[in-house]
Amino acid sequence: MEERKKIIDLQDIIKKFYIGTPNELTVLHGIDLEVYEGEFVAVVGASGSGKSTLMNIIGSLDRPTSGKYELDGVDMIKAKDSELSGIRNQKIGFVFQTYNLIAKTNALKNVEMPMLYAGVHGKKRTERAKELLTLVGMEDRMKHLPEELSGGQKQRVAIARAMANNPAIILADEPTGALDSSTGRLVMDIFHKLHREQGKTIVLITHSPELAEETDRVITLRDGLVTSIRRGKGGAY
Amino acid sequence: MNLFFENVRLALFSLKANKMRALLTMLGIIIGISSVIAIMTVGNSLSSYMTGELSSLGTNNVYVSIAIRENEEETTEEGYSFVEENNQAHITADDLMTREMIENYADTYADNITAIGIQKNVGSGQIFEGTKSIGVDVKGVTLGYMLTDNKDLKAGRFFTGRETEGAKRVCIVSNKVVDKMFGGDDEAALGSIVQTQIETSFYDFTIVGIYNFEAGAGALASYMSMGNTTDMYIPFSTACEMNHSDYVAYFTVLAKPDVDPDAFADLTKQFFVPYYRNNRNVYIDSYSMASYVEMMSSMMGTLTTAISVIAGIALLVGGIGVMNIMLVSITERTREIGTRKALGAPNSSIRLQFIVEAVVICMIGGIIGILIGVGGGSLAAGLLLKSPANPSIASIFGSLLFSMAIGVFFGYYPANKAAKMDPIEALRYE
Repeated sequence: MEERKKIIDLQDIIKKFYIGTPNELTVLHGIDLEVYEGEFVAVVGASGSGKSTLMNIIGSLDRPTSGKYELDGVDMIKAKDSELSGIRNQKIGFVFQTYNLIAKTNALKNVEMPMLYAGVHGKKRTERAKELLTLVGMEDRMKHLPEELSGGQKQRVAIARAMANNPAIILADEPTGALDSSTGRLVMDIFHKLHREQGKTIVLITHSPELAEETDRVITLRDGLVTSIRRGKGGAY
Repeated sequence: MNLFFENVRLALFSLKANKMRALLTMLGIIIGISSVIAIMTVGNSLSSYMTGELSSLGTNNVYVSIAIRENEEETTEEGYSFVEENNQAHITADDLMTREMIENYADTYADNITAIGIQKNVGSGQIFEGTKSIGVDVKGVTLGYMLTDNKDLKAGRFFTGRETEGAKRVCIVSNKVVDKMFGGDDEAALGSIVQTQIETSFYDFTIVGIYNFEAGAGALASYMSMGNTTDMYIPFSTACEMNHSDYVAYFTVLAKPDVDPDAFADLTKQFFVPYYRNNRNVYIDSYSMASYVEMMSSMMGTLTTAISVIAGIALLVGGIGVMNIMLVSITERTREIGTRKALGAPNSSIRLQFIVEAVVICMIGGIIGILIGVGGGSLAAGLLLKSPANPSIASIFGSLLFSMAIGVFFGYYPANKAAKMDPIEALRYE
């Protein structure tokens, strides 16, 4: 374990929200979290435990009030706002509960989008997008618009999109939350496949203890603190 | 560059998705641009038509006519002011120029003058024979008129000195009269006597000459109101006799080629001052064809500018419409904006995306407006002037650029708003 590279290194992350001057609300009370390269980690916790806030900070959509955060060797605290969009583009692949595919844009174009912002050239971009859609089993529906796809299919396109720029981590926020259990199973299998075959580092945020159990490590949050870190049954998958 | 084309593609997609909304948004731009272009096209056609027509009459022409004096305020014994009085003043026979004055004038400036064309309206009437008839405007003219009005005879001759002195009943008619009355046979027409009714009187005229009718500057009005009516010229002296007066309201001078027509017009004006010193009603005004053309063009220019300003206001309103709809569109697409930011779109490319969208809307509106404007303007110019339309290329490109500029200007604020959205809130937006 010690030789493995740290991808995410969070130290004493505190996040406070100010709702009017006197009423500050501390959501994260000092989180320490390390995620190593190739790890599949689940973050679980009840609503209001600070999961989403933690995910926003890891995803560099938000900044902590204090603490240290390094992502794949980059000091995210010192990074300027203008640099963060590039970091998100290159190092983080988001998968959302609500898919968030761009409407009226077909699956292929959706997968190409992060590469577009990365300045990848046209032909290469399309090739890579096709490759990724094949990886998630969507090769037959590349020209379909999001409104023509089922929830599970949309989520698979979203996973392909998250993989577009070969990011250091995939950050999945309740990816199966809006899916029925069999479709959810299918989506989870894709994450396992990416983890196993491509060695992707995946951070999964979920409500579901069963899904969390399938990962390498389960981190439980409660009231803005990490209350337990234990091994999952990750090896089984 | 990739991103730019992607943005154009996206903009077109979102227009296609909301066709009705896009059309309504564009309407302001379409109306603004099409009216600018239509006005420019008509104005351009009209001024090139006028300039062409007017200068075909002779750039060295100087016009001399009676003009009503500007009123000085005059207070009567009772204390009423009579500013209005002269506006209703009639020009009486006493106010008109006599032949003597014109002869004096011609003698004084003999060195500067090629010809003097005097025209005296007798009235409108009809030539008829049996069931055939054609309308004519009967005008008494001097020999000089043929030169000042640039009229060439197609067949026959002008009036002889004897005919002029003797006030003979001879006439020169247009080819249209010959076509109608003589089946186009010039030989048959020449020397024939035509019966002409002018108001309630009948006269017999012998045709001595035929000219080719061309739609001239003054012809526009008569063409529209009278159809086939053309001028029939008779000797000036004959017209004087028929009218029982030899007064003249206006005449045209053809200045010698080396004479500056503007300066000569001033001289002419000065010449008549002594004659009219004691006339409170009228004075003699004189202007050159060149200054007339110039005046017409500048008037047209002013008109074009004024209407363009109004159209500019329409464009401004259209631009505000675009801004409004862009704000709506951005609100609707908040989640998309959040997603794009999460996927790593820098603020600048979000901004670009929405500016491109606004520019595309405005540009399409502009193109539609240009097509409607050129079409409408050409149609109007064609119907009115029967001349080829003359759309201004500069104004077409100008309008296109201007509509794009409107897109950038009114698209910037909404685009910037989108670019500055907080990605977390945008992603959470329902």
